[in-house]
Amino acid sequence: MEKILVLLHTMDGQIPQAGLETLGLAKSLGGGFDLAVLGADASSAAQQISGGAAKVFAVEGEAFAVSRYATDAAACEALIRASGAPLILAPDTMRFHRALPGVAERLSAAIDTHVVSLSSDGAIERWYYRQRIEASLKRTQRPWILLVEPGSQPPAAPQPGAAPEILSVSCDTRTTVEGFSTPLAGEQTIRPEAPLLFVAGAGWTKKQKDGAVHVEEAADLILDFVRRTQCSLGSSKSLVDLSGEGQAVLPFLTHLHQVGQTGSSPRHKKGLATCCHGEEPHVVGWRFIQERRAINLDPNCGWVRGKADVVYVADAFEVLRELLKLL
Amino acid sequence: MPYQIIVCGGLAPDPLQTLEPVFDPAKPSLKNELMLPAVFDPWAAHALYEAGHLAKQHPGSLVRVVSLAPKAKLQQVMMTVAQKLPFELVALDGPGGGFTDAAAVAAALADAIAAMQDLDRSRLLLFGGWESATRGAGVVMQRAAERLGITEQFLAVDELSVDADGSLLVKERIEGGRHQISRCSSPPAMLAWATGNLPEPPNHPQTGMANMRVIMPALQKAKPVTLEPSAEFLRTALPSAIRQTRVVKDVPAAEIAQEIAEWIRQ
Repeated sequence: MEKILVLLHTMDGQIPQAGLETLGLAKSLGGGFDLAVLGADASSAAQQISGGAAKVFAVEGEAFAVSRYATDAAACEALIRASGAPLILAPDTMRFHRALPGVAERLSAAIDTHVVSLSSDGAIERWYYRQRIEASLKRTQRPWILLVEPGSQPPAAPQPGAAPEILSVSCDTRTTVEGFSTPLAGEQTIRPEAPLLFVAGAGWTKKQKDGAVHVEEAADLILDFVRRTQCSLGSSKSLVDLSGEGQAVLPFLTHLHQVGQTGSSPRHKKGLATCCHGEEPHVVGWRFIQERRAINLDPNCGWVRGKADVVYVADAFEVLRELLKLL
Repeated sequence: MPYQIIVCGGLAPDPLQTLEPVFDPAKPSLKNELMLPAVFDPWAAHALYEAGHLAKQHPGSLVRVVSLAPKAKLQQVMMTVAQKLPFELVALDGPGGGFTDAAAVAAALADAIAAMQDLDRSRLLLFGGWESATRGAGVVMQRAAERLGITEQFLAVDELSVDADGSLLVKERIEGGRHQISRCSSPPAMLAWATGNLPEPPNHPQTGMANMRVIMPALQKAKPVTLEPSAEFLRTALPSAIRQTRVVKDVPAAEIAQEIAEWIRQ
């Protein structure tokens, strides 16, 4: 196996879980590796996990504490050049996904993202067409940057080692990071650590048996369920789009909840879809949900065609009311 | 300030179509790829709607779409997209599909943009989807922007507003269901959009007719592009998971709830 550079960044001064997973993948291949870390407190974070690394590098300082293309790209470019490794493994976080394609262009490197496996002969696996086709491929071009999909690898146990060599990097930028916003009032969207994904479909906001719409009750039932089970909350595209069409919507759902073709593809052990037809554009986002169940009034919905393990043909309002008594 | 907004976007198979891979180590493809109904790539479409919205707010702004796709297919898709909002088209006639090389696509797009004679980089906003629905790599926009010398880049953008001083306030999706808010003092900048906040604009036939008057000549002038493969594919396949669905009907809600509660607790 050729030499690998494990390129990581800190998050709140620590190496995030996705970074430890990438490190775990590099160690599992059995070859030599360098370690490079950028971000706030990169030096101390690198030392906590640098056991086994041949060389260790870090870029830190105020400019590199925030996630921003210009500074991240400059730092990553310097770290990759300093190591000289032909194969670079990095976690597929939003920070690196923004910066590393541009770095690949600067280095005339190849880059592949959403990588779910790397074998010792240099073959990777990733998905195409929004998780509808899987492919395995190799490249001869070097450097080759691989962004490893979070949740696809077991994490490495942190093993302290040598202190890093701190690289000095400077970069001009016209962008300042002003802060963060959470569009939801305490309701989570996709929480990677949650065991269960609950998807609310458009049926919750449609007319019910009595001919009336019960959006408020639907909102109460869903939020109560989410709070009691601490699950991830997702929605189908149709439900999110209703807001743009002026129709009744669940007030706490935004595009960030969207699962499917133009949304996320979360990784949870279990998924429960409610009032959702199970159309292909939504279900492609369920590719990595292991156990799938659905509640729907339509016995011919998409879920019954091999897309779910169990489909309950029932009124989701009634089932959730009963379910909340048990949780 | 009027902007020059360039939206990069390709085509994707209609999401309701069944896809079947055809394996070839150098050029994998889809079965009947040229026959599959196509749509404008969904995230690029969101970028286009946001571009139209921004152009409307800043009179004098110009929206151009740069698209690399088989010409005949692009013409079909443009018949629909052109009805959404006014724009000009720069067409590149080349292979579409997810198995084409992202770096080669980025180079072709960047070359086409750099060749625009009236390009004013001080007013340039480069838009696109943050990933395609085909390759789904999310690297083309950054590579193209880097080739154009644009070092202010934003990924998975959901909101853009322009302040009175002309600075761009950008909300990008980050982990944990949050947005990062950044301020970019001035263009040029690249914004790779997530879903944004705008719904799909309704079709407007008059806009479509006006657009097609410039789109048809642009399609006829489409420059042919060849994309050299850079990867050796070892396998392309449909995921093997097949589920035997158990359908539970005519069972009281309380019983269903009991079963689900036990399943959740397992």
